[in-house]
Amino acid sequence: MSDWPDALYDCFKRAGIRQVGYVPDAGHARLIERCRQDRDIRNIPLTTEEEGIALAAGAWLGGERSALLMQSSGVGNCINMLSLARTCRFPLLMLITMRGEWEEFNPWQVPMGAAVEPVMQICEAEVLRARKPEDVQGLAGRAMQLAFGDERIVALILSQELIGKKVWTK
Amino acid sequence: MTQQRLDRRAAMAALLRDRDDNLLVVPGLGSTTWDLAALGDNPRNFYLWGAMGGAAMIGLGLALAQPKRRVAVITGDGEMLMGLGSLATIGVQKPQNLAVIVFDNGVYGETGGQPSHTAAGGIDLVAVAQACHFALCLDLHDEQGLAGLAARLNAFAGPLFARIAINAGEPPRVLPERDGGTLKRRFRAALSLEG
Repeated sequence: MSDWPDALYDCFKRAGIRQVGYVPDAGHARLIERCRQDRDIRNIPLTTEEEGIALAAGAWLGGERSALLMQSSGVGNCINMLSLARTCRFPLLMLITMRGEWEEFNPWQVPMGAAVEPVMQICEAEVLRARKPEDVQGLAGRAMQLAFGDERIVALILSQELIGKKVWTK
Repeated sequence: MTQQRLDRRAAMAALLRDRDDNLLVVPGLGSTTWDLAALGDNPRNFYLWGAMGGAAMIGLGLALAQPKRRVAVITGDGEMLMGLGSLATIGVQKPQNLAVIVFDNGVYGETGGQPSHTAAGGIDLVAVAQACHFALCLDLHDEQGLAGLAARLNAFAGPLFARIAINAGEPPRVLPERDGGTLKRRFRAALSLEG
């Protein structure tokens, strides 16, 4: 079992992230659990991912850094709300766990999974992709700098081959 | 029975008559942004020209980041209906310093006055907020109610939800600053978060 979610959590702590919004995904389960156990991080489960774009904007207006966790299917829910981050140049750190690639069993995950990178690029996000556990720490550090240093939208994509495929039958 | 309804500009003025520097205001896309601008500019306003459905969540992030200040989201019924799930999210977080106030005129005023769900189907936003466990839920129709809410905005234990019955008149637009970067920077500067 790789400890790349712990590397992400450590990056959150180094960057001083105080609010973490998410619609849960199995690929984010360990990172969410680490955040839930941290009294200095406010966990904000969302009903839809676009809420997290607005949440991050409010957090920054109030002087706090935040992160937004979602599955690839959530990217499609965010497109209009990303206008807020784009127009105002709000820092926005999105961690996206991929479905619909690499031995995906569920064909319903494929269309949105295939659209994640082009959609993020059209929406002016800096797109970073981690494929191997050893990629994660360096890319996460880069993502924090781009988001909070340069006030950019950053999509750190966590590949399905990194997460492992969903087990459908035991 | 015809319910009494209030003028939106007069309602905004009454709500913020005694506003202090610790009250941060996020108006929703459209008429509530014009209503707030009509009172005179304030860097502690974060005007929305887009992001429909996002006003309450901006308020939540801000309220959590600034627990010693108070945050009032003042938005329209159409904008609130687009972000209805955010009332559930706020109900889970229970920020004591957040008020969500809806100017409910029952129509999409910016687009020709088409009925919203509140008018077309009697959808009850106060009942939704109650179901989402807001600490205080108010349904206001008159100046007396507005004055009571205005007094609460300087000290309340939220999350507070208020629906204000507004008449469908659309006063002339008053347009505030619309550059997002400028609005963001001056807001943060007013909170001494940047120079």
